[in-house]
Amino acid sequence: MAGGISERRIVAAAKVQDLVFALLGIVVLFFAMAMLATLVIDLLTDGLARINMQFLSDFPSRRPAEAGILSAWVGTTLVMFVTALLAIPLGVGAGLYLEEYAPKNWLSDLIEINVSNLAGVPSIIYGLLALGFFVYALGMGQTILVGGMVLALLILPIVVVATREAVRAVPSGLRESAYGLGCNRWQVVWSYVLPSARPGILTGAIVGLSRAIGETAPIITIGALTFIAFLPPSPLQAAPPFLNADWLSSPFTVMPIQMFNWTSRPQAGFHENAAATGVLLLGMTLIMNGFAIYLRYRLRKGLKT
Amino acid sequence: MSDPTRASTLLRDNIGDPTMTQASNSETAAAIRAEVRDLKFWYGKFQALNGVTMPIYDRKVTAIIGPSGCGKSTLLRCFNRIHDLYPGIRYEGEINLAPENVNLVERGIDPILVRLLVGMVFQKPNPFPKSIFENVAAGLYVRGIRNKSEVEGRVEEALRQAAIWNEVKDRLSKPAYELSGGQQQRLCIARALAPKPKLLLLDEPTSALDPIATAKIEELMDSLVKDVTILIVTHNLAQAARISKHTAFMHMGNLIEFGETEQMFTNPTVTQTQDYVTGRFG
Repeated sequence: MAGGISERRIVAAAKVQDLVFALLGIVVLFFAMAMLATLVIDLLTDGLARINMQFLSDFPSRRPAEAGILSAWVGTTLVMFVTALLAIPLGVGAGLYLEEYAPKNWLSDLIEINVSNLAGVPSIIYGLLALGFFVYALGMGQTILVGGMVLALLILPIVVVATREAVRAVPSGLRESAYGLGCNRWQVVWSYVLPSARPGILTGAIVGLSRAIGETAPIITIGALTFIAFLPPSPLQAAPPFLNADWLSSPFTVMPIQMFNWTSRPQAGFHENAAATGVLLLGMTLIMNGFAIYLRYRLRKGLKT
Repeated sequence: MSDPTRASTLLRDNIGDPTMTQASNSETAAAIRAEVRDLKFWYGKFQALNGVTMPIYDRKVTAIIGPSGCGKSTLLRCFNRIHDLYPGIRYEGEINLAPENVNLVERGIDPILVRLLVGMVFQKPNPFPKSIFENVAAGLYVRGIRNKSEVEGRVEEALRQAAIWNEVKDRLSKPAYELSGGQQQRLCIARALAPKPKLLLLDEPTSALDPIATAKIEELMDSLVKDVTILIVTHNLAQAARISKHTAFMHMGNLIEFGETEQMFTNPTVTQTQDYVTGRFG
């Protein structure tokens, strides 16, 4: 019976340990959530009342009550479109090459380390690069295209790393059986590796885009305007070929810049506008992340039951 | 058996030409599908095969047995160059595949060509995350066979050969993951059979399956050897005894003995084989 008592003591001690850690976890979680909640609630109380159709459909104005974010959200949408179009194919391609094609040697190790480091480079550095190279050296101007390019550069490492991780997680049995059938590398990558890695790649891409949507520094650095009272030319047109690329070379502003601009004004009305813009930006990010979760769920279900 | 020279002496003494000639005579000159000659293989600096020489008889089941780590899977994986997917490997010697007489492990031979000739089924059932039909058709598409009626015909033929047609014919468009483990493995066999390989490699195909599924696969192999040459690695000695015509016993990278299964299990020439097949070691 003596043994029984000492074993019970071990169980009791283990329970206390679990309890202490669980309590600690709850406290930490509470603090983190409370801070975040304060921020969001503050933003909501300040800005929610300002969000209406007028706010979405009007250009900025000198009078806070008449100001809107039309040019900002259109700008954000178009810039994000360019960013996604550039960063996703380039990042996925680079990740696939590094993981499936590149020989594993010191050079690929060096590239791997540098790509991971690039993900941590302050975004303003990318802005300076874009200002010096795209805007001045190439003379591309402060356009939507340049805005999209700099954000694409910024999130490229995120997409590359996510792709590599997703590709690495593809079970080797799948690869072996595909090669075993006589597939060449491209067939294995395209038909088997990529479909299995797609949920992870998409998640990485959307996490990258969610980061890009809130970036202000690089966009300010390239000299995007803060007051824009017109829209870029529409990408769609009635006459053939129906698509129009003029919008790419249009000046623009984005939501974070509009927000930054309004918070630096003295009038309280503009602060309300800034909060409302913040709420919308937060909403856009949440929707993108929700979409990522949904896609991952759908694609995983298709892959394995 | 750690001394390689002793091993090769044993090898020469026991499976040298005399034994093989005898085997061929009793088979009334059975055709040879592939011939392994002094095959050596390295993972980096580690030599995993120390010069293996053995024939693979046409349209017969040849089993490779031996304790864990003896090199039996390594040998099997040489036959379709799956090793080439990993860095730092090296082959020496020959695996000559008849009738083309290509040396499968020659550096100048593209591994893709080898894999187009030799089919493989792995230890764990690993169907592709696609439909049942697409799984079996995958090998045909790789070979440029896209004609719809031809693909459908060959998919059905392969599924029938793999004795799974009746179970899946009504749900060919369903995901392969909905099948049970045993069905998945038979699907993988069908996938390997559809392109009509010269040689079918099976790497412990039943080790992840229950006895009923195992029995089905053994039965299936029995009917398959009419058309296909099968080389199987198995941990299960009883399985080797049941299904194979010839058996190779390996130990520590050496082929210890090769012969007709019946003789290997009842009257092995080498004591080591005897110890292994009677369960005294391994």
